[in-house]
Amino acid sequence: MSVQIIKRGAVQAALLSSLSMMSFSAPALAGKSDDTLRVAFTKEVENVDSYFNSAREGVILQRTVWDGLVYRDPATNEYVGNLATEWKWVDDVTLEFKLREGVKFHNGEEFDADDVVYTVNFVADKDNGVKTQRNVNWMKSAEKLDKYTVQIHLKEPFPAAIEFLAGPVSMYPNEYYAEVGPAGMGLKPVGTGPYKVTSVEPGTHYQLEKYDGYHDSPKGQPKIGKLDIRTIPDVNTQIAELFNGELDFIWQVPADQAGKLAGMDKLTVANESTMRIGYLSLDAAGRTGADNPFTKLKVRQAVAHAIDRKTIVQALLRGKSKVVNTACFPSQFGCEQEVTSYEYDPEKAKALLAEAGYPDGFTTDFYAYRNRDYAEALANFLNEVGIKTNFHMLKYSALRELRMSSGTPITFQTWGSYSINDTSAITSQFFKHGSLDDARDDEVRDWLEVADTSTDPEERKAYYSKALQKIADEAYWTPLFSYNTNYVFSKDVEFQPTPDEIVRFATMSWN
Amino acid sequence: MLAFILKRLGLAALVALTVSAISFSLLYIAGDPASAIAGESATDADIEAIREYYGFDRPLIVQYLEWLTNALQGNFGESYYFELPVSQLIADRLSITMMLGVCGISFALLFAVPLGVVAALRPNSFIDRFSLFLSVMGQAMPSFWFGLILIVIFSINLGWLPASGASSWRHFILPTIVLGYYAMPAIMRLTRTGMLEVLSADYVRTARAKGLSQRKILFKHALRNAIIPVVSLAAVQMGFMLGGSIVVESIFALHGAGYLAWESISRNDLPTIQALILIFSMFYIVFTLLADIVNAWLDPRMRVH
Repeated sequence: MSVQIIKRGAVQAALLSSLSMMSFSAPALAGKSDDTLRVAFTKEVENVDSYFNSAREGVILQRTVWDGLVYRDPATNEYVGNLATEWKWVDDVTLEFKLREGVKFHNGEEFDADDVVYTVNFVADKDNGVKTQRNVNWMKSAEKLDKYTVQIHLKEPFPAAIEFLAGPVSMYPNEYYAEVGPAGMGLKPVGTGPYKVTSVEPGTHYQLEKYDGYHDSPKGQPKIGKLDIRTIPDVNTQIAELFNGELDFIWQVPADQAGKLAGMDKLTVANESTMRIGYLSLDAAGRTGADNPFTKLKVRQAVAHAIDRKTIVQALLRGKSKVVNTACFPSQFGCEQEVTSYEYDPEKAKALLAEAGYPDGFTTDFYAYRNRDYAEALANFLNEVGIKTNFHMLKYSALRELRMSSGTPITFQTWGSYSINDTSAITSQFFKHGSLDDARDDEVRDWLEVADTSTDPEERKAYYSKALQKIADEAYWTPLFSYNTNYVFSKDVEFQPTPDEIVRFATMSWN
Repeated sequence: MLAFILKRLGLAALVALTVSAISFSLLYIAGDPASAIAGESATDADIEAIREYYGFDRPLIVQYLEWLTNALQGNFGESYYFELPVSQLIADRLSITMMLGVCGISFALLFAVPLGVVAALRPNSFIDRFSLFLSVMGQAMPSFWFGLILIVIFSINLGWLPASGASSWRHFILPTIVLGYYAMPAIMRLTRTGMLEVLSADYVRTARAKGLSQRKILFKHALRNAIIPVVSLAAVQMGFMLGGSIVVESIFALHGAGYLAWESISRNDLPTIQALILIFSMFYIVFTLLADIVNAWLDPRMRVH
């Protein structure tokens, strides 16, 4: 922690000094002159093959190199055809697609029903080890009806299918993939997407080039000729490279640094919320002991009243982050907003604690795994009303294991929903008696079950609404805030961020 | 001498294996590897699938023995994260770290030893105070801060050197300075103390009395003896640089083995961590051995032990 603070202070000083010096040394190089957008990734992507990585950077590469059958317009959230032109539900578990004709993969292979059948059958087979099973395990198989018509069979009714087909499920060339497999695809990726990959240095450097044969896709035609993506783990080094013109585009820049960069003439700072929300999970089910205070409704309500979420958003998260009242991200399908909300009221919190039998408060273990500064602020608010916290910051895998085995009384958690714009991607993950469900409410589980499997959108909404209202009434979670991302790029670049935090290179252009 | 070296090498291999066995079990209990590999947003189904796929549901001893058998045949398995052979992954990254380590230690020795000698020759002079100042600075200044300052000056303002990457020798200049400067103070102070001690020793006084030239006394008699502990220290520093250049590699985006080790630990990429621990501990042991040999050459009395 102290290292973090010192580092942050040191970085601020270094930045300030460099900012003051920038006045007499302007960046010289820029990607515009050679039509190459230079981008930094913070994380080493494990494998470019999109089915074998789980990082945000991997998702971005996936949308750049490959296409799905469907596309969701990030502005309107409407689904439009991409590699498919039409689709319909044949029954609850069968989707039929009419495929676009004349599409070619980057290696010249023609796209048709065989590619869809091969891709779906490969990824749906658990033995092939697709990393994010949730993205694919709802599919059973695919069947070719004719060269440009294909059916996808589901294991059971799954209304969010189209959302997944518009997102993580991308189409691979059957002949090429059968030959090279995931390892080969990771080193020489081939898709139908707006950019083709020209070189891969695993984890560290990717070069891409505009695909001139790109079909008439709703993603739009790429405008920038080349992309040069390097992994630079340190944000400060990224900023330095942005200053000296070696980079044109970075993102996930911390709020305080973004604030300073916003004042620079040659840079644009754009901010957009993401689908990730932060929340406190409370052990209402009594997994850590039946006498644990969080099994009492009034204690949970006291927690909700104890935290000044607005102040945390304004002081720490900033940007387009908002206070969240429901156990989902507001834009998600079925994310009911009309639920009981809890205003910041420490006196009321204290009164509720007294009513629950804790007039002097109590002491509890408090767990967190990321954003230590937010977690500490939360703990302070709890301390102020008498809930004394033993603060534990754990590695994610260790915390998860602890939560799965014996539970934790109160934990600061976050969830990004894989950028899936459907309530099933969050609420159903945590309230259907899974190992991370701290509420174990049978009624909520049953309602979510109906909402997750019904193919009638109105019925889905109604049942998500019931479940979310009860979650709020019972204060099982204390939903806190949505996260945001700062994008910093050269003034030469035109870019509009979207809430799904996917950087779409095809929509970018030079100013 | 050869028997001595072979015996030491055999012992080294045993030590490395013990280290790997201990670290294998420690890493395993530090967190569920399946959950770490699956990432933050994984569901139970994802984690279960990974657990089965990689065989984490088997007893730890079975997993370790399997790894050991393969490792002895030179097969370190596939990285869980990159799904590439670990040997290939490490070969790529180790060359960068080795390059950085050799440059760093050379830089440190090149400046620290002469400075230490001169400081010892003129105690309390300007040069002595200056070298003391340098060593205090070197120890007090965190690497990430010093690295950033160098980037701000030489990359942003002067535009002379690249700030990140490893595609040319110019990319290594700033990281070498940062890494080397960190190792300098200890070497410099040890050289100074050693020289001061040796210069007041009887045999130096005798040499002076015999009328030998200052140069001969300094290099043939004094430095040869004063440098012995420095060699041992440099060997340890070199080992440290290979494993511990994480911060420098991260700031300058060098993607070397140090950074790979650090990242692999957070990803629970067991095959990679295992191989790296084995390699790093072997390096440590080999460097210490080399230092012993050099010392034995410098001081024949040591060959007896």
